[in-house]
Amino acid sequence: METVLIKIGYALASLFLIFNYGLLLIGFTMKIIARVHGRIGPPIWQPYIDLSKSLSMRTAIQHGVMYYLGPVFRFTGGVGLYLLIPAVFGSVWLQNFSFSGDLLLVIYFIFFGMLGMALGAGESGHPFSAMGIMRGLAQTTASEVPFALAVIALAAQHHTLSISQIVAAQQGGIAHWNMVTNPIATIAGMLAYLGMMMHSPFDVHMAPQEIPVGPPTEYNSSFLVLLQSNRSVFAAAKLVLFMNLFFGGATSIWEMVIKTFLIFEFCVFVGVVFPRFKVEQSVRWLLQVPALIGVLAVVIYMV
Amino acid sequence: MEEILKRLDERFYVREKKQQRPNLLFVTVDKKVAVEAVTYLRDYEGFRHLVMISAVDYIEQNLFQLTYLLHNYQLHSDIGVRVFIDREHPVMDSIHHLWAAAQVYQREIKEMFGIDFPGSPRVDEPMILEGWDNIPPMRKDFDTKKYAEETYFPREGRFTLDPIKQMEKKNYPLEAEVKYEIKRVVRDNRDKK
Amino acid sequence: MDDKEIKIDPLKQDENNLGFNPADYFCGERPKAVTPVANKIVRKFYNWAQANSLWILAFGTGCGSIELPPLYTARYDVSRFGIFPRPTPRQAGVFIISGYLSVKTLKRVIRSYEQMQNPKFVLGLGSCTVNGGMYFDSYNTINRLDYYLPVDVYIAGCMPRPEALIAGFNELKRLIKEGKAEGANKYADNFDWYKANQKKIIKDWDLPEYNW
Repeated sequence: METVLIKIGYALASLFLIFNYGLLLIGFTMKIIARVHGRIGPPIWQPYIDLSKSLSMRTAIQHGVMYYLGPVFRFTGGVGLYLLIPAVFGSVWLQNFSFSGDLLLVIYFIFFGMLGMALGAGESGHPFSAMGIMRGLAQTTASEVPFALAVIALAAQHHTLSISQIVAAQQGGIAHWNMVTNPIATIAGMLAYLGMMMHSPFDVHMAPQEIPVGPPTEYNSSFLVLLQSNRSVFAAAKLVLFMNLFFGGATSIWEMVIKTFLIFEFCVFVGVVFPRFKVEQSVRWLLQVPALIGVLAVVIYMV
Repeated sequence: MEEILKRLDERFYVREKKQQRPNLLFVTVDKKVAVEAVTYLRDYEGFRHLVMISAVDYIEQNLFQLTYLLHNYQLHSDIGVRVFIDREHPVMDSIHHLWAAAQVYQREIKEMFGIDFPGSPRVDEPMILEGWDNIPPMRKDFDTKKYAEETYFPREGRFTLDPIKQMEKKNYPLEAEVKYEIKRVVRDNRDKK
Repeated sequence: MDDKEIKIDPLKQDENNLGFNPADYFCGERPKAVTPVANKIVRKFYNWAQANSLWILAFGTGCGSIELPPLYTARYDVSRFGIFPRPTPRQAGVFIISGYLSVKTLKRVIRSYEQMQNPKFVLGLGSCTVNGGMYFDSYNTINRLDYYLPVDVYIAGCMPRPEALIAGFNELKRLIKEGKAEGANKYADNFDWYKANQKKIIKDWDLPEYNW
């Protein structure tokens, strides 16, 4: 009994950490983008204010059961993804439940939230929601291809699907990282990562200029709070996943923070520099170069 | 332009002409031949671009004036074809078959002046004034100010103060009162004479 | 059979033959005033959060909406103050009526305003919203915005510069922090008066009573 309680406590503490870290990352991103635009930009704690503001709304409109459950699914997807990945290798409380999950489950969880959100936003009946869903799902599906190929290459390299064992195999210096031992899979994975992070070249489904904020068009008040929280948790969880897969994991919180921050900045800077793709362009791009690199990575280890 | 005017006159009898600029000419033709004249200008004289259709309300003569302004890309010149139509029966032939863009002008003129263009697509639907129930607002006999004051809850006007008088009254109240009283007496006596 | 052409225009349906029951699609309920949180500390915190995260609805009426792009971009950069554009009325909190408002637009404005969630604020930008401005005697533009929507802050001028708009935002922030910007509750309390004014000038009223 006591071990269960301790486990729950550890999981909550870990979630709290990643939630705040994700919010600060979003704040940092807004600041960096503003500075690139030549603006001063909002303060980095602005996501917290936005969150409390959405929480303080006095009324909320809802459209049905699936509309209610959409953000819940999305948040479950984010939390589930995070809790199945070891955030800090070897740490007692930031190890999460990584022993019980493997890469296949993680890939499933990345998609799970997306589908739940699609159902919920579809019920809101807003045409822009439906368009955003269509674009978002097309893009996520396309970016899933090179990512899955990179993951298969890693699994073939390490003969395991467990993330913990992949991290364990990368310990002992930079020469052991998958970035060095399997550079082709890393390239494919990082290009797929660009498509998964929903930053600028691949953010057309959230496009505020053409389609009001994509799928969450109708979401307001506390529903929006859930979506905003999920955004931080989900983004941070994906960062931790990529750190574990390609960049040797982390053995302390500070190592994790520095590595994930650098990985995040990669996509932020790409997003700041490059203009936005249309959906068919981004799908074509993801299925061309990154997918071919992924195939190459798999072929090398399979043959 | 002279030759175009001559050819136009031969065919349609130009009642009035006015050369505004070397490359801008206004001609007035009869209502019966207006659409033919516009078609002729478009198809034979190269005035392929419809710049606009405008309307003027000449309430004293009981007439509406329509102007079809056409542009020629080769000559860089414009011709305005003017037509007078009766104010009591404001009906004009539509030219939406010549330029699709004319539909919009005709809808607007129908709405603002009440000039009907039978056969023009969607000409009876409201365009800007949804649910308008008064006489068309651009007609001269429509009192815009009265309508706005009756409908739109006008804010009471402000009172303004002449800065010189105001400062005099504030700083030298007695002197100012005497001064303006004298002025008032002088003015009243002058008016009596 | 072949020479018969059947045309069906889905937009042009008979009034009596709608093909659906409007009651299924429109909620007929009236808006209710929601009192703020009773706890003083929580209320102050909420007011502070609302004042520091103002999301403007991307809805431009008249010429004033051209003042908004410089406001968001590098020159004036209101994101410093936590002010962001938001394209959907469900998430936005501030409605800027930027300039003259014709009757046709007022219909859309009412629709968008009623879809916003409760703490919502209206900023009247320009003289046209105060007393009609230079369009005071127009047949088609409203004179006083506060007869149709509860306005929190007026910014006079024709056109006010972006600095004036920022000053208006500061005023709005002060009002929110003091808990005086209760436009949504005012609208709900005086609902009948606002609706009567709106229906007086919108002659072909085809909206539901309240756009939930």
